[in-house]
Amino acid sequence: MSKIRQAFSHGKAFIPFLTAGDPDAESTVKFILAMQRAGADIVEIGIPFSDPTAEGVVIQEANIRALSNGMTVEGVFEIVKKVREQSDIPLVFLTYINPVFHYGYERFFAKCEKLGVDGIIIPDMPFEEKGELAPVAALHGVDIISLIAPTSHERIKTIAKDATGYVYAVSSMGVTGVRQKIETDLESMVGLARQVTDIPVAIGFGISTPEQAAKMAGISDGAIVGSAIVKIIEKYGKDAEQAVYDYTYSMKKAVSKA
Amino acid sequence: MSKGRYGQFGGQYISETLMNELINLEKQYEFYKNDQKFNDELNGLLKTYAGRPSLLYYADRMTKDLGGAKIYLKREDLNHTGSHKINNVLGQVLLAKKMGKTRVIAETGAGQHGVATATVAALFGMECEIFMGKVDTDRQALNVYRMELLGAKVHAVTSGTQTLKDAVNETMREWSSRVNDTHYVLGSVMGPHPFPLMVRDFQSVIGKEARAEILQREGKLPAAVLACVGGGSNAMGMFHAFVPDSGVKLIGCEAAGKGIDTDMHAATMAKGTLGIFHGMKSYFCQDENGQIAPVYSISAGLDYPGIGPEHAYLRDSGRATYVPITDDEAVAAFEYLARTEGIICAIESAHAVAQAIKIAPEMDKNDSIIICLSGRGDKDVAAIARYRGVQIYE
Repeated sequence: MSKIRQAFSHGKAFIPFLTAGDPDAESTVKFILAMQRAGADIVEIGIPFSDPTAEGVVIQEANIRALSNGMTVEGVFEIVKKVREQSDIPLVFLTYINPVFHYGYERFFAKCEKLGVDGIIIPDMPFEEKGELAPVAALHGVDIISLIAPTSHERIKTIAKDATGYVYAVSSMGVTGVRQKIETDLESMVGLARQVTDIPVAIGFGISTPEQAAKMAGISDGAIVGSAIVKIIEKYGKDAEQAVYDYTYSMKKAVSKA
Repeated sequence: MSKGRYGQFGGQYISETLMNELINLEKQYEFYKNDQKFNDELNGLLKTYAGRPSLLYYADRMTKDLGGAKIYLKREDLNHTGSHKINNVLGQVLLAKKMGKTRVIAETGAGQHGVATATVAALFGMECEIFMGKVDTDRQALNVYRMELLGAKVHAVTSGTQTLKDAVNETMREWSSRVNDTHYVLGSVMGPHPFPLMVRDFQSVIGKEARAEILQREGKLPAAVLACVGGGSNAMGMFHAFVPDSGVKLIGCEAAGKGIDTDMHAATMAKGTLGIFHGMKSYFCQDENGQIAPVYSISAGLDYPGIGPEHAYLRDSGRATYVPITDDEAVAAFEYLARTEGIICAIESAHAVAQAIKIAPEMDKNDSIIICLSGRGDKDVAAIARYRGVQIYE
């Protein structure tokens, strides 16, 4: 059983996200380890990109902070290396296709395998385009996490049938960011995916409160939270470790009860 | 390999949220492009509203002055709204209307595409929002007000480099948040399939008209056709009809800004590398980590770090060539055309005029060349004045 699969085998999963290099590499390592101690099941690490078209303002700004502090793909691999010295928590990258393409698919996924990166989410690589890198990722044992959206409808089955790791169900239209209300019929989305696959389905986009997380985990296998955490990191900077820990702890607790 | 490929270029690298919309758009486009009623309606609008066909003007004084090939100007600047952009916008907005959309959104650089979109939205009674980088709303203030006059809401984009690339980012974000009633009128031959194909088709009227008319007037094909390239829509529109004519050189003129050996340019073909961005695989100005590079040009419409995938294909297959033109050269050509022919062209188009000035003198007097004069230059007058140290405020 893959590490990602195992992460879902002890109840509902809580999956926090942060942008690598925001505010710096050393802090990112500390925050990931704090997330693990607080009960995170998987951590999603954003590799910063100059033009993150799927992100709302909060994560856009984190990308800019990280890049202006000199973060690079190589730098993110260094972060993973340091985390791996102390933790075997499943790690999933989130980035855009250009930095991966530019690094070279083979070189990128070989490095992921070597350092123990378990999966990758690429928001600007839909099902139709994944053929150019999926075989390379598979060769190196890296799961490509597929996204399904409120507009996916009949595509959900096609996507889910071919999915690896977990299915990332996008809760809302638009970009990432905290939302007051999530109005999509997520039960149907998750239901469609479950008709064709037994891999876990986790819901992300717009989740910030423990109540929302519990609700989302209730109808799926886990909750993914990005912008709310990035906001905490934005607020406390290098001193965000405790706040990240506390937040992750409360969210994991809420999700476990779902 | 996915749809919408030109060799290895193109594709549909876009968020899952937009995929069904793109698939539907392609389906609808494939249907309507062969629909007689749609085409009659579009051609009617192109004629009576946009003022087509545009003229092919023989630039006699310029030809004599340069002393080489006969120079013809394809006067897209005389279209309604002052540029070639209206050709594509009429097609896309008519299509959007047929698809039941009630709202259109668009990015704009110089403001020409935004103005065209706002115009056609007004014509069709549709809601319209335009995204424009803050740097561009500042340097093209007149066009911002023009769009507002036409009833559009203009958003100044403050993210990133605050220019065309960021305007595209923001329009994509907006589209993914509201897709049911909204069509994104992409302004160039770029982005995910079917946009590069659809925009090229809607713009191909430029080359079709030019080819037919030059044959009539000269009795033979031109030796070369020239057009400026940012994303590349007027160039693709001009080139398309001539692609099978292997004797006709296709020359795209890109923005070299302060020079391709500086870091102040937007010369994607000269300096860019293969990448995947804004929905397409193509060439992009990017750094050694695959981050999209900030680009620069005096021309807001060419200030874009990528180029349409079909251009990348035409270049790599050897069919078309692309040359960098600096700000200085473009401004000199802008002034030259004004004084020699009495035509104030867009600073974007002046990049193509600059290349013609370089090559025409070396060419045979019996040969002709066609320059696509993609837009008019009223919008640029204040910026050119400032470039020359004259402080004019609009």
